[in-house]
Amino acid sequence: MAVDILRVKNLNVELDGLEIIKDLTFEVKEKEVLIILGPNGAGKTTLLRTLLGFLPYRGEIWWGTRNIGYLPPQELIQRRDLPPLSIEEFFKFKRVPLVQIQKTMVLVGLDSSLLRRRYGTFSTGQFQRLLIAWALVDEPSVLLFDEPTSGIDIGGQETIYSLLHKLWKERSLTILLVTHDLNIVWEHANNVLCLNKLNVCYGKPKAVLTPENLEKIYGTGLKYYEHTHE
Amino acid sequence: MMAASVGGVSGYLGSLMLSKRMALSAGPLGHLTLPGIALAFLYGFDVSLGAFPFVILGIIFIWLFHMRTKLPMEALTAIVFATGVAITFMFLPEEKTVSALIGDISQISPSATAITVILCFIIFLSTRNIFSKMILASISEDLAKVEGIDVRKDNLVYLGCIALTVAFGVRIVGALLTAALVAIPACASRNLSTNLNQFSYGAMALGSLASIVGVVVFWLTGMAPGPMIIMASTSFFLISMAFVR
Repeated sequence: MAVDILRVKNLNVELDGLEIIKDLTFEVKEKEVLIILGPNGAGKTTLLRTLLGFLPYRGEIWWGTRNIGYLPPQELIQRRDLPPLSIEEFFKFKRVPLVQIQKTMVLVGLDSSLLRRRYGTFSTGQFQRLLIAWALVDEPSVLLFDEPTSGIDIGGQETIYSLLHKLWKERSLTILLVTHDLNIVWEHANNVLCLNKLNVCYGKPKAVLTPENLEKIYGTGLKYYEHTHE
Repeated sequence: MMAASVGGVSGYLGSLMLSKRMALSAGPLGHLTLPGIALAFLYGFDVSLGAFPFVILGIIFIWLFHMRTKLPMEALTAIVFATGVAITFMFLPEEKTVSALIGDISQISPSATAITVILCFIIFLSTRNIFSKMILASISEDLAKVEGIDVRKDNLVYLGCIALTVAFGVRIVGALLTAALVAIPACASRNLSTNLNQFSYGAMALGSLASIVGVVVFWLTGMAPGPMIIMASTSFFLISMAFVR
């Protein structure tokens, strides 16, 4: 029977006097993929940062592990105006052996010879793979990804999600992933948590992503088509 | 030996300050030491002992003013350091003006040298301990926090190292030239390096070498050592421009 790795109960988060998250309750089991879905400003990034202990909150958060990796959105990670920094030195911030770094680079589809390159000289897609490698290199059991494909073209997005799916299977990871993309929910999620300041829905995608709930999440103007293979 | 130690640690710390786009802040901090330097001359105690508390006091005032007014830090820094300079010239002995502004290492005791070298080594170790953590925090504060880095504590250590380095720096190059002692070796090293280790230790080596060259020129010609150290540093920077990587 799958074990809980995260329990959240009656979570409330307030920032600058504004209520961002209200009475949120959910659980995540080991090796599960939970997609956190919602429009801009719904509180998705705030939720991840609160789960990591960066923000004050009321309610309960319980983690069954301390071995957590996190990847903020790429646009929040500085790539320019930095000192000369090699990729190897970037990975050494984590204090892991070189062999482990090289193996993880290869795992995400990057050549280990790139370790000699300067940080900040990668394409957006390559840089995202690099960040995924960075998050994985010390072998976390849980990964929190915040919009891992922002700024990446459609082809690149599919590559990144395929990579994450492969890593999830090979390494028995638990993944919490923030996205706007409903396709990702259908293809990869065990459960989905829909946020728009409040907990709009939580559960299996097929059960909770109803037209009514989608309208609550995204507002009016949303068209919903069910494509059945019959 | 004192000049080499102070020059070296200034260069090393300067590489971190340049990475955080704070290299010029050593200038106003150098000016903040002037009231303390004036008191040291008046009452006959070590210049660095006078300088250090005034740097700390100046930083505290800037922070308090910012909390109260929310004005930009650089504007408040200008107010505090300009006021400090004005107050200094109300009581600084005229014959000590040049020493206060551009430094004077001609009369330093062996004990002062030994203490300075030891403290510079401590500053180096402290800076080395926080160096990579602060670079990671510059890339992403959240990534740093996930790695268990206490960003606030490291910032406090960083500011303490800057204050001490400025306090020692004003002794050899004076209040006017402290920024150059910190910034120029780092800039020269930046031109020549391809990775962080080369950059930080390169800045330390160049800072140390510039201080040695400046002191040697002083011995040979009698010209004030502070400006000679900065001219040596500038020469290295100009040469480094031919080898930018």
